[in-house]
Amino acid sequence: MRLTQTQHFSTFSAMRSLALVLMTTLAVAGCAKKNTLPNNANDLGLGANGAQPGTTQDFTVNVGDRIFFDTDSSSIRSDAQQTLARQAQWLNRYPNYQITVEGHADERGTREYNLALGARRAAATRDYLVSQGVPRNRIKTLSFGKERPVAVCDDISCWSQNRRAVTNLGGPSGT
Amino acid sequence: MLKTASIRLLRPMVMTIAAIIMLTLPARALVEIDINKGNIEPLPIAITDFISGDGIGAKISQVVEADLRRSGLFAPIDKAAFIEKVSNPDASPRFEDWKVINAQALVTGRVTDEGGRLKAEFRLWDTFVGEQMAGEQFFTTRENWRRVAHIIADAIYERLTGEKGYFDTRVVFVNESGPKNNRVKKLAIMDQDGANVRNLTNGGDLVLTPRFSPTRQEITYMDFAGGQPKVYLLQLETGQRELVGDFPGMTFSPRFSPDGSKVIMSLQQEDGNANIYSMDLGSRNTTRLTNSSSIDTSPSYSPDGSQIVFESDRGGRQQLYVMGANGGGATRISFGNGSYSTPVWSPRGDLIAFTKQSGGQFSIGVMRPDGSGERILTTGFHNEGPTWAPNGRVLMFFRQGSGSSGPQLYSIDLTGRNEQKVETPNFGSDPAWSPLLD
Repeated sequence: MRLTQTQHFSTFSAMRSLALVLMTTLAVAGCAKKNTLPNNANDLGLGANGAQPGTTQDFTVNVGDRIFFDTDSSSIRSDAQQTLARQAQWLNRYPNYQITVEGHADERGTREYNLALGARRAAATRDYLVSQGVPRNRIKTLSFGKERPVAVCDDISCWSQNRRAVTNLGGPSGT
Repeated sequence: MLKTASIRLLRPMVMTIAAIIMLTLPARALVEIDINKGNIEPLPIAITDFISGDGIGAKISQVVEADLRRSGLFAPIDKAAFIEKVSNPDASPRFEDWKVINAQALVTGRVTDEGGRLKAEFRLWDTFVGEQMAGEQFFTTRENWRRVAHIIADAIYERLTGEKGYFDTRVVFVNESGPKNNRVKKLAIMDQDGANVRNLTNGGDLVLTPRFSPTRQEITYMDFAGGQPKVYLLQLETGQRELVGDFPGMTFSPRFSPDGSKVIMSLQQEDGNANIYSMDLGSRNTTRLTNSSSIDTSPSYSPDGSQIVFESDRGGRQQLYVMGANGGGATRISFGNGSYSTPVWSPRGDLIAFTKQSGGQFSIGVMRPDGSGERILTTGFHNEGPTWAPNGRVLMFFRQGSGSSGPQLYSIDLTGRNEQKVETPNFGSDPAWSPLLD
């Protein structure tokens, strides 16, 4: 009886996993194309990278939507300060955007601590943007801890990409 | 504030198992296991197929055998070695036949249908003294046969070790599927041996850290519903979900007080730090228990409710601290090389289990509540999040391999020698052990 149940469950979840893998593969393939051939810029008659000024793509590509942190740290590094200065400038030019700063941690910590660390990183990022003139009431923060890695290898190069704060325009990117 | 999720239970939570003690002799048997000894030689035990008309007796025996084997304290003997074929469980077995194959204890039984209900009887025999040590019978519905098997295994465990068993229990955990960068997480519940897995949420929301109520069919957990990560209660019988408290900011890392009357948790502060609060579930009053510019999280009460252990980075890295249940006056108890997190107080009160991070490795260990006697039970790339079996003798935790694989559940006993994988349909994490079921 247990076997039957387990088998059904496994088959179902295997199909589901497969579907997810396929979807992710397509999504990744799409991203990769975008990066090498940015949206057929010439066809669209736009700038070099094809991003219409003031759009989400403009923010992501030309400003940079994320900053990175050292291990166990929520200090804003000097490279991150430059990115956040650009973000603040852009956000002040396009004041209609509400933003959500998402804080993330790498997988080399326990779950609860990483949730808190992600919150600390999001708050530090928010505070830096506020110091650059972005009104505080435009900014929400959200922590995902170690739950949403962008890089999934198991060495330092991946972990450093996952220790991040991402500025999302128009609210959270969803769970 | 009240929200009903569409969760249907596949089997009733409350069921009636009538137990009748058939015969209890004074404890003068020779067979026993001293669970406190460091190096335990598993006790050879013969578990016969319970007599039944349709094979359910053999299935019950198999579950009993698997429970006892996994505990590491028993060495069930291969049935092929049995000499006597037990056909009448009411009669005394031929003890010589069992002594000869070195069975120090023998289990016999019978399963019958009694007016549509399942009746299961078992007897535990000391073969060397030649006496019955225990005998009980249970009535239940047929679909509860696995539970009856776990109850029988608990009775045998308790009779032979002098400790309460932990087999008639369940585990709530996070059922993980999909690729690492797009993991789907569902709350799920199963028997402690991995059987009867049932999802409690549908995977639409990210869910983390479920914990059992010590007194009710209820769990507390963290849910990212609507992009608002908060602590919730979930009633297992009705599927009703309820937000815990009305706090600004993220609430996380919840756990019940030992009497079930409170939930203790972390609240994210405006500056990004996290402090510990408790909420009385009756009055809804909240109490702030820590007030520091640090990450204070993973609170866990002592079984008498008088103290709380938690982790904090107030001294730099995450370390374990103990404070009174009303907050204040926290004392650091972890001083080893590395950082310590996810402390959980044993239901027996004698130990605190934790995750330790040191030298790029993650270990599961235990220490006394004053911080002395630290012992590491298992070490590897990533072991995290211990939870205690209700008898305080076994821990379950999750282990994450390197690369893009996912976490799996494991159990380990306090000697650190008996580590067992707990099979789940997919990846599994954040296990929490229930109390013994009623």
